Amino acid sequence: MTWRSPLALVRDALRGQRARENELRSLESNLPYEGLEKGKQPNRYFPSNAIKTTKYSLLFFIPMNLYEQFHRLANLYFVGLVILNFIPEVNAFQPEIALIPICVILSLTAMKDAWEDFRRYQSDRKLNNMPCFIYSRKEKQFVERHWKDVRVGDFVKVVCNEIIPADLLLLYTSDPNGVCHIETANLDGETNLKQRTAVSGHPEFEPESFNGILVCEKPNNNLNHFKGYVEKPDKQKVGAGIESLLLRGCTVRNTDHAVGFVVYAGRETKSMLNNSGPRYKRSKLERRLNIDVLFCVILLFTMCLIGALGHYLWLNAMPVVPPYLVPPTSGQLDRPSLTSFYMFFTMIILLQILIPISLYVSIELVKIGQIFFITNDIDLYDEETDSRIQCKALNITEDLGQIEYIFSDKTGTLTENKMVFRRCSIMGTEYPHKENAIRLAVLDEPEAEEEVIFNQHAQPLPTRWSLDSEEANVEDTHGHGSRRRSKVTGNAQSDVAFSSPLETEVVPDGKLFQKISRTSSGSLSHSQKTDAYLDFFLALAICNTVVVSMATTKRRRVSVSPQAKHTNTPLETLSKDSEENFQPSGQTEGVDTTGLQPCSPHPPSLSDEPALTSDNLRYEAESPDEAALVYAAKAYGFTLLSRTPDSVSVRLPSGEVLDFEVLDTLTFDSNRKRMSVLVRHPITKEYVLYTKGYASILTGHGNKKNIATVTQRHLDCYAKEGLRTLCIAKKVVSEAVYKRWSVDRKNAMAAIENRERLVMDTAVQLEKNLTLLGATGIEDRLQENVPDTIQALREAGIKVWVLTGDKPETAVNIGYACGLLEDEDLVINMAAVFQITCTNILDCTLEEVRRYNADPRNVDTTQNMSLVIDGLTLDKALSPDLLDRFVALVKHCRAVLCCRVTPLQKSRVVKVIREKLKVMTLAVGDGANDVNMIQAADIGIGISGQEGMQAVMASDFAISHFKHLKKLLLVHGHWCYTRLANMIIYFFYKNVAYVNLLFWYQFFCGFSATAMIDYWLMIFFNLFFTSVPPIMFGLMDKDISAEMLLGVPELYKTGQGEGDYRFTTFWVSILDAFYQSLVCFFVPYFVYQDSDIDMFTFGTPMNTSALFIILMHLSIEIKSWTVVHWIIMLGSVALYFIVTLAYSAVCVTCNPPSNPYWILQSQMEDPMFYLICILSTVVALLPRYRVCHSLSSVGLKIFNCPEFWGVFVSTF
Amino acid sequence: MVKQESESANRPDNTAFTQQRLPAWQPILSAGIVIPGFVLIGLAFIGIGVALLVTSRSIQVLELDYTGDSNGSPCSSCSQSDIANCKCSLNFTLTTLFQGPVFFYYGLSNYFQNYRRYGASKDDNQLYGDLSSFTSPSSSCSPYNYDSSKKPIVPCGSIANSMFNDTFTLTRTVSGTTNNVTLDGKGIAWWTDYNIKYRNPSVTPLKNAFNGTVKPINWAKPAYELDASDRSNNGFVNQDFLVWMRRAALPNFRKLYRRIDASGDYQKGLPAGNYTIDITYNYPVRAFNGAKKIVFSNVSWMGGSNEFLGIAYLVIGSLCVVMSVVMLIVYAKFKFPDEE
Repeated sequence: MTWRSPLALVRDALRGQRARENELRSLESNLPYEGLEKGKQPNRYFPSNAIKTTKYSLLFFIPMNLYEQFHRLANLYFVGLVILNFIPEVNAFQPEIALIPICVILSLTAMKDAWEDFRRYQSDRKLNNMPCFIYSRKEKQFVERHWKDVRVGDFVKVVCNEIIPADLLLLYTSDPNGVCHIETANLDGETNLKQRTAVSGHPEFEPESFNGILVCEKPNNNLNHFKGYVEKPDKQKVGAGIESLLLRGCTVRNTDHAVGFVVYAGRETKSMLNNSGPRYKRSKLERRLNIDVLFCVILLFTMCLIGALGHYLWLNAMPVVPPYLVPPTSGQLDRPSLTSFYMFFTMIILLQILIPISLYVSIELVKIGQIFFITNDIDLYDEETDSRIQCKALNITEDLGQIEYIFSDKTGTLTENKMVFRRCSIMGTEYPHKENAIRLAVLDEPEAEEEVIFNQHAQPLPTRWSLDSEEANVEDTHGHGSRRRSKVTGNAQSDVAFSSPLETEVVPDGKLFQKISRTSSGSLSHSQKTDAYLDFFLALAICNTVVVSMATTKRRRVSVSPQAKHTNTPLETLSKDSEENFQPSGQTEGVDTTGLQPCSPHPPSLSDEPALTSDNLRYEAESPDEAALVYAAKAYGFTLLSRTPDSVSVRLPSGEVLDFEVLDTLTFDSNRKRMSVLVRHPITKEYVLYTKGYASILTGHGNKKNIATVTQRHLDCYAKEGLRTLCIAKKVVSEAVYKRWSVDRKNAMAAIENRERLVMDTAVQLEKNLTLLGATGIEDRLQENVPDTIQALREAGIKVWVLTGDKPETAVNIGYACGLLEDEDLVINMAAVFQITCTNILDCTLEEVRRYNADPRNVDTTQNMSLVIDGLTLDKALSPDLLDRFVALVKHCRAVLCCRVTPLQKSRVVKVIREKLKVMTLAVGDGANDVNMIQAADIGIGISGQEGMQAVMASDFAISHFKHLKKLLLVHGHWCYTRLANMIIYFFYKNVAYVNLLFWYQFFCGFSATAMIDYWLMIFFNLFFTSVPPIMFGLMDKDISAEMLLGVPELYKTGQGEGDYRFTTFWVSILDAFYQSLVCFFVPYFVYQDSDIDMFTFGTPMNTSALFIILMHLSIEIKSWTVVHWIIMLGSVALYFIVTLAYSAVCVTCNPPSNPYWILQSQMEDPMFYLICILSTVVALLPRYRVCHSLSSVGLKIFNCPEFWGVFVSTF
Repeated sequence: MVKQESESANRPDNTAFTQQRLPAWQPILSAGIVIPGFVLIGLAFIGIGVALLVTSRSIQVLELDYTGDSNGSPCSSCSQSDIANCKCSLNFTLTTLFQGPVFFYYGLSNYFQNYRRYGASKDDNQLYGDLSSFTSPSSSCSPYNYDSSKKPIVPCGSIANSMFNDTFTLTRTVSGTTNNVTLDGKGIAWWTDYNIKYRNPSVTPLKNAFNGTVKPINWAKPAYELDASDRSNNGFVNQDFLVWMRRAALPNFRKLYRRIDASGDYQKGLPAGNYTIDITYNYPVRAFNGAKKIVFSNVSWMGGSNEFLGIAYLVIGSLCVVMSVVMLIVYAKFKFPDEE
C-alpha cells in the first residue's frame, strides 16, 4: 500500500461515511478495477461480506466484558461495597476479602459470556470460510473464493442447492426464462419456493460487459422489499425490486446456476439486519421481585441505622476510654457521632448479603434450566415437522404460569390452515360437492386419521363415484369399506414419494363435472371459448402464484419426506397396487354412459414435454388457499402444468395444452384484498384479466345483478358453514387499454419515490368493471384437540378470545366447533354501524348483566355470556368514551370473538385489555397479521404452520400446534412459576435468616460490626454451601405432578393474579427468617453466656445450625424428592463439613483478625455442639413444619406452603 | 421403533431426567406417622433434657466478686487507688467438699473483647515467631505498634497491651495453720494455641530475640520474663497470655486462670474449710462500669453449669408430646380424609 497523507485518509473516511449514510447508493462493477489498490476501488466504502457477530475480541475481552457487566445495577452495588471496604475508617473485613464475591460473580458471568461469544466466533468463521464463486477478470471465469472475499460490486455465481453468500441482484440464470427459485427457509422458515427473475434478461450474460450503474436504497431489514434500478450507459433505467434480489442465507433450488451482482454484503445484508438475537422482556415476577429487593434495601438501611445508633449510645455511655477501645493513631478517640456515622457504612458491608445479589445470577441459571426442560419436552415435539418448541425469549418462562387472557388467531392457529376445496358457485349455480364432503367425513374417522397416503398417480377419480348424489350414502359405506381393505392389503414396497396427503384431493361434484365435460367434449375452446365454466376453472388454475415443481427435481429437504413420516405404522403404507384395488370394480359401469370418456387422466399428450404428466406435479403455493384452488381445478381436468414469469401452461380436460402468455401479475395486498393475473389467451389472443379476492370487494363490481345477488347468498351460506370464501372474476381488456396501462405500470415499477402507491394505483385502475364468474368455499379444518385444549384453558380460569379477519358467520361457526361458544351460552352479537347504536348495546347489556347479578336467585349460577363483535363495531367500542363500558362488559364474557379485525386492531385489543384490566395476556397466532398482537401481549406465541414464519420470528415461544398450549401453560407454566416464585422467596428468607445472626450479635459487641463467623466461611456459606440447593429447587421441584395439572386445570389458578408470590408470602417468609435467626442465635447465647467461650467457637454452632435450618427449611418446601435432590442436599452438608474442617486445619495465620484454626474440630469433639445444633434446628423449624404439615395432612397437600402461611397469618 | 435418525434429529431425548419424570418420593406425612413421630421426638428430648439438667445441677460453682465498688468489700481500697500491685484478700468458707477437678477462673463483666477494632489489633505473624514482624509490627496493631520513641512493641496491639494482670494465690487455713493450695497453670490454654498458633522465635536465649523492642505499654515485665518460675512458660507461649489472646465471645465472660492441682489433700477437690485468696489488684474495671470476679467450678461432660439447655430440651420435648396428644384428639374426632 502506498503512503497516503493523513488528510487524504480523513477525507476518504468522511466520504465513506457519507456514502454509507446516503439514501441512495450507486454501485458499479468491480471488474474494471480488479487488482488495483484499495483506495481506487469504487465500492470500498461498503462493508465486506465477512461477518462478525461476536461481541468481544480476544485482546479486549476483559475490559469490554467488565464494562458490559458494570452496566448492571447489582454489580455496581457490589463495587460500591468493595470501595467502602477500602476506606480504613469504614472497612469491616480485609479489603481483599470483600473482593471475593464480586470476583466470583463477575468471572462466572464472564465465563458464560466468553463461551457464548466463542460459539458465535466459531459459527462466524464457518460462515466466512464457506466457498463461493466470484468472477475474476484475469482468469476470465468464476473462481472459487470464500464468502468473506465477496465485496459489493462483485459478480457471484451460485449453483443449485447452494446458499447465497450476500444479497445479489439477479442478472442471469441458467433458466431460459431468467427465473431462479429460492427457498428462504433459513431466513424466515418458509419452505415453499419463491421465484426471482433476472433484471436485464440478456440470455447471454457476460460479467465484463456489465457497464451499468446500480442505484439502490440504503440497506434496511425489510425482507419483502427492495427498491433500485440499473442505469445503462444510455441512461435507460431498468427497475429492480425484491423479485430480482437473491437474499443472503437463502438456498437456490430448481435452477442450475445463476449470476448476481452483489448489492449488500456482510452486515448490511437483509438477513443480518434481521438478526437481532434473542429478545429480553421483563417478567411480572421480576417486576415484583424488584419491589421486594427495594424492601430489602429499606430493611438493610434500618438495620444499619439501628447499628449506628446503638454504637452511638454505647459509646456515649462510656465514662472513660476502656482498655478494649482502640484509639486511632492520633491517640485521641473520635467523637461518637463521627464513629457512628462510619459505623453505618461498616454495617452495610457486614450485612450486605441482605440484598440478594446472587439471586439474579441464580434466577438466570434457573431460567436456562427451565427453558432446557421446556424445549426438551417430548410432548411438545412435533413428529411431522421434526420441530421442538422454541423459546425465543429467555426470561419470561414464569409468566406462562400467570396467564389470564389468551388472544388467539383463528386461521392456522385453531385451524390447520390446510385448505380443502369444499363447494363452489358458478354463474349463480351452487355445486355442493357432496361426494367430497363424504370423503372428508370418512377421513375424519379415527382409523382413517392415521394419515393415509394416496398416490395421485393412480386415481382416475371421477370414475369411482356415482354421479347421482342420492346414492352417495351407499357409496360412502362402500368406499369406506374398500379403503380399509386397501390399508390392510397395502404392502411395503411402494414408491409413494411425491404423493400428497389426501386433503389436497378433491372429488368433483357430479353435476358440475358433467357440465364441464359436456362443454369440453365439443370442439372445445374454439366454439365455446367464452363459457363461464371454462373461465372459472381457468381462473382457478391461472390466477395464483403457485410454482410447479417436478417430482423428479431433487430438493434437499429434511423434514417432509412423506415416506419417513409414516414408517412407524405399517398399516399406512399404501402401494400403488392397493391404490388400484381401491376402486370398486362395479363402480365404473354407470360412468361410461355419461360421456366421461374423453376425460381420461392420461390423455394423449399434445405437448412436446412428455415428462409433464400430472402425476409428478408438485405445487408450491405461498398460501394454502391457492394450492387448494389449483388442486380443485386439477380435479376438474384443468391442470396447471408449469409457470414461468411469462407464461402459464394449463391442460384442459380435453387434453389440449394451452400456453397463456402472462403479461402481468398484480400481487395480493391487504388493501385491495385481491390478486389478478393478466394473460393473453393463446387462441383468441384476447387480453384477459383473471381476479380472485374477497367477496365484499368483488361483488361491488358485479355484472349481472341477479348473479351477484345469488352468489352473495351462496357466499353467506358458505360463511355460515365456516368456509372461507373467495370470488372469482374476469375481465377482457382491449389492446389499446392494455398498451396504455402497461406504460403506466412500467413507470410505476421503476419509480423510487412512492412506488407502492403507484403500483397499487395501476392495479386498481385495471381491476375495474370485472365480470363475476363465481365463488368458492374452502374449508379450513380444526386442529387436533382444539376443543379439548380450549376447555382445559377455560377451566384453568383463562379467558380465550378469538380475533380473526374472517366473517362473523365463519368465526361463530368455528367458535361453536372448537367449544369456545356453547349452545346454552348467551351470545351477544355486536354489529353496529353507528356510534350511538354501539353505545346503546353496551349500556343495555351491562344493565342486564347488573340486573342478573343482583337477582338473588342467580347467586350460584352465572350466565355464560359470549360476545361476538366485528371490526367496525370494535373500532367504536374502543373509542375513548366507550372504552370503559366495553371493558366492563367483556369482563363478564366467557368468550369474545372479534371478526374482521385488522392486525392493528388485534394489537389494540390486546393492549387495551392488558392495560385496563391489569392482567397477564398471551397472544397466539401463526401469520404475519398476528405479529402486532404477538408483540403487544405479555407473551407472544407463534405457531409454525403453513403461513410462513413471521409470527414465529416475532414470538417469545414458537409451538407447532395449538394443543401444545395446554401442556405449555398448565404444566410448564405452573411449574416454572411456582418453582421460581418459591425459589425467590426462599432466597430472601435464606439471606435474611443468615444475616440476622450477625445483626443480633451486634447487640453484644457494642455495635462494632464484629462477625463471630470467619469471613471466608461466611462467603463460602453463601457461594457454595447453600447456593446449589435453591437452584435445584427452582429447577426440579414438582409441587404437583404433570398428570394432576393436566387433569385438574383449576390448579393453574394458583398462579394467576398475584399468585404464590405475593406481599404476605414475602413478609411471612421474612418474619419467619427473623424468628429462625433469633432461635439460631439465642440458643447458643444462653448456653454459652458467662462461660469462657471464645468468639469463633461461639460462632461455629451458629453457622452449623444455620446451615441445617436453611437446608431443612428447604426440605420442608420441597414437595418431591428425587435422587438429584438427595445428592445435592446431602452433598451441601458434606461440603460444609469437609471445607470447614479442611479450612480450620490449614489456616493457622492466614486470615489475621479471625482465627478459625482447629475450632470446628474442637467443637465436634464436644457433645454440647450437637445438642445446640439439634435444639436450634428443631425449635427454629417447628412452627413452619407444624403449619405446613398439619395443613397438608388435612388433605390440602396439593397446595403449597407459602400460600398457607399467608392464609394462616391473615386468619389471626 | 425403527426410526431413521436424521428424520427426527430434533427429537428430544426421552429420558426420565429431561422429561422430569425421575422417580420421586413425596413426603406425605399422615397422622399415622406424624403422631408417633412426635411422641418419640418429644420423649427423646425430655430424656436429653433430664440428663442435662441433672448433670448441670451436679456441677458446683462458686463465684466471688472482688471488684470492690462497694465500700464494705475487701478490695474497695485497691479499686479506688491507682497503686500498682495493690494487695487485698478475699475469704470464703467451704462447708462440704468441692468436688474435683476444680477450675479456677477469673471473670470480667461489661468487657468487650469482641469489639471489632480491638480484635484486629494484633499481629499474627509476630505471634507466630516471625522475627521480621518484631522489627516492623503490622499496622493493624496501631497505635500499639510503636512506642513514643518509635521502637517496635512486641507483642504489639491492643489485645496484648490490655492483658489481664491481676494475680491470685489460694491458701487454706486448717486449724490455725495456713498452707498454699497448689495451682496448676499448665495446659490451661488451647493445645493448638500453645503448639501451633503461637511460637517463640527460635533464638536462645529468648531475650535476644526481643532486642530493640519494647514491652507493651501496660505491661510490667517484658514478654520473655512473664513467668520466672518456668522458662518454657515465657514469651508468646505463656499460658496466661494465650488464654487472654483467645478473645471472649460475649461482654460477660470468664477465663481459666488455674486448675487446682489434684494432689495430696486436694486429690478429690477442695475439702471443706476456710480459704483465702490473695489478690494482686492491678486491672482497673470500674472506669467502664466493669466487674471482676473469681469463679471456682468443676466440669462435667457438658462443660460448666448451664441449666438453660436442659430446660429448653424439656420444654420442647413436652411441647411435642402435648402437640401429638392434641393431634390425636383432633384426629380421633374428625378422621382426616386422607387416612382412608
